[in-house]
Amino acid sequence: MSEPKVKIATCSLAGCFGCHMSLLDLDERLFDLAERVELDRSPLTDIKELSDCDLGLIEGGVCNAENVHVLMEFRARCKILVAIGACALNGGVPAMRNQFDLKDCLEESYLRGIGLVNPQIPNDPEIPLLLDQVHPLHEVVKIDYFLPGCPPSADAIWTFVNQLLSDQPLALPYTQIHYD
Amino acid sequence: MTTLETAAQPEYLRRIAIDPLSRVEGHGKVTLLVDRDHRVRQARLHIVEFRGFEKFIQGRPYWEVPVVVQRLCGICPVSHNLAASKAVDQLVGAREITPTAEKIRRLMHYGQTLQSHAVHFFHLASPDFLFDFDDPAAHRNVGGVMADFPDIARQGVRLRKYGQEVIRVTAGKRVHGSGNVPGGVNKALTLQERNYLLADLDLMIQWGRNILKLIKQAYALNPGYFTHFATIRSNYLSLVRADGALDLYHGGLRARNDQGEILFDHLDYRRYAQVLREQVKPWSYMKFPFIHSLGPDRGWYRVGPLARVNNCDFIPTPLAEEERKEFMALGEGQPVHLTLAYHWARMIELLHAAEAIQELLLDPDIFGDELVVRGETAREGVGVIEAPRGTLFHHYRINEDGLVEKANLIVSTTNNNQAMNESIRQVAARYLDGKELTEPLLNQIEVAVRAYDPCLSCATHALGQMPLIVELVEEESGAVVDSLVRDADGVAQDAH
Ligand code: SF4
Repeated sequence: MSEPKVKIATCSLAGCFGCHMSLLDLDERLFDLAERVELDRSPLTDIKELSDCDLGLIEGGVCNAENVHVLMEFRARCKILVAIGACALNGGVPAMRNQFDLKDCLEESYLRGIGLVNPQIPNDPEIPLLLDQVHPLHEVVKIDYFLPGCPPSADAIWTFVNQLLSDQPLALPYTQIHYD
Repeated sequence: MTTLETAAQPEYLRRIAIDPLSRVEGHGKVTLLVDRDHRVRQARLHIVEFRGFEKFIQGRPYWEVPVVVQRLCGICPVSHNLAASKAVDQLVGAREITPTAEKIRRLMHYGQTLQSHAVHFFHLASPDFLFDFDDPAAHRNVGGVMADFPDIARQGVRLRKYGQEVIRVTAGKRVHGSGNVPGGVNKALTLQERNYLLADLDLMIQWGRNILKLIKQAYALNPGYFTHFATIRSNYLSLVRADGALDLYHGGLRARNDQGEILFDHLDYRRYAQVLREQVKPWSYMKFPFIHSLGPDRGWYRVGPLARVNNCDFIPTPLAEEERKEFMALGEGQPVHLTLAYHWARMIELLHAAEAIQELLLDPDIFGDELVVRGETAREGVGVIEAPRGTLFHHYRINEDGLVEKANLIVSTTNNNQAMNESIRQVAARYLDGKELTEPLLNQIEVAVRAYDPCLSCATHALGQMPLIVELVEEESGAVVDSLVRDADGVAQDAH
């Protein structure tokens, strides 16, 4: 316990939480990980303010103004920033809306839905502005590493984090590199 | 309905935001408007993300739908995949799938229920049970549980792992598998797989019973808190089997009012649009569903574990049924309305899921080789399932080329939208009114939201993220006096 713990922050932007679930799929290895790392801001903690971290893991692409803000904050605070999963790498399923007009998407859900009462597009100031396109992370900030998969398997995350924490060169076996 | 939904003169109030809600699954925020005497004037749970699924799925071939739709939610992907598959079955004319296909799907679904309930209880909600609510935020999380209660944490991790393994064996992959195909499944079980899954099962059932003991102890220690915290009276909606049993995979729609009287029963879920309506409000991307005949003010309802246990006549596995009887005694002949009882009902279901998996694993049909059926194709299909968080509706219409023309989803969490709002207003009025805002007090709001196990990532399928913001506004000038913010992944900060 003499070494200081590595600080890790994680975050889900326009993702589905599947990449975070894959992290939990480390199963018993989570206890091993907990010995070596300290979780800062993450959906798994109640810490709401990001502090300086060694490693930031981001799931999901960027779909609204809030996402941009959070991503920039992560870039400013994390020494190493990693894009995890298809959505972070290339926008993923949420980016399927890019081929449509945003107005059309909103109208389909809030004006033309089945059995709607008071159809209207939600527009309260509390709601962050949507971007007209969903962007992958590297279009907004510099990303240091990309881990593909939808989601990357727990084994891939494990290999990656271990190699990174022990300063080994990064090399995933081909069985751990897949895009689905 | 409480009156705290919209304040009369919001410009004179202080805004508080809890932004983002942490330890809930997905993206959302709560805002409170408070006057100078710290009285809460308005409380709202906002879903602030939008995905646009109903639009971007248009023009895609129907067989892509189950694969795409599960990527709306990585926490219960199997539920979306199955609800969509049930709708697609109708499109390809599979009126009834084979016994093997149905049992493999059920296995997958009960595995999903087990893992999802385990994640929610152990990884997200257990800190609320195990630690005092003024426990420091940095400790009040799964890491704190691992450090202080390693045995409980290990059981949680292993239970979740078990559910995930059931999913992997039936669906091919732990998250976003592809075992379901139009009209059935693409794989049955092998004997080795069956024996592998049977090996740990007795232990899982044992642990399921242990957690129920833990919950009952927590209740016995503090019955007053349990009984009143965030509790609201409501209607309930869920699927039930033809004989009234709890069934998570298939059944007819049943709704009860707050007295427990039946509003409608065994309704063919393909006719959901006749009984349900959805209201849109400008401050949330999540719609507000209600039972049409009762109207928006009285017709909102709750779904999920509490609703299902309240609604069914019995649970078809012995240990869980015993637990149900004990649980229902809380209601003294009426439905149990305690919001915190969601956790209790959820763990009864976890036990039921483990027992149901056992029955299925011992059923020879799971080794069958008739996997897929087809029939006369149709242009419209509705699939409904009891996802871990409640009733989930998927509705698709396709054109003659088999491309999606119209899609409508009502996800589980959306059904609970009004109820979650009512609960936070109850907590705000009861616990925050007239007090200085502190982080632990705000956490109480989150405890209320967390009881519903909202999957905000599902709820944003339509568009997208949920932070929690609380601001205090000066009564006359409207100036913001104090605020707490916590963004979409759980960071609280004073917003000055
Ligand atoms: S990459 Fe896949 S699993 Fe990860 S957030 Fe995106 S859809 Fe979900």
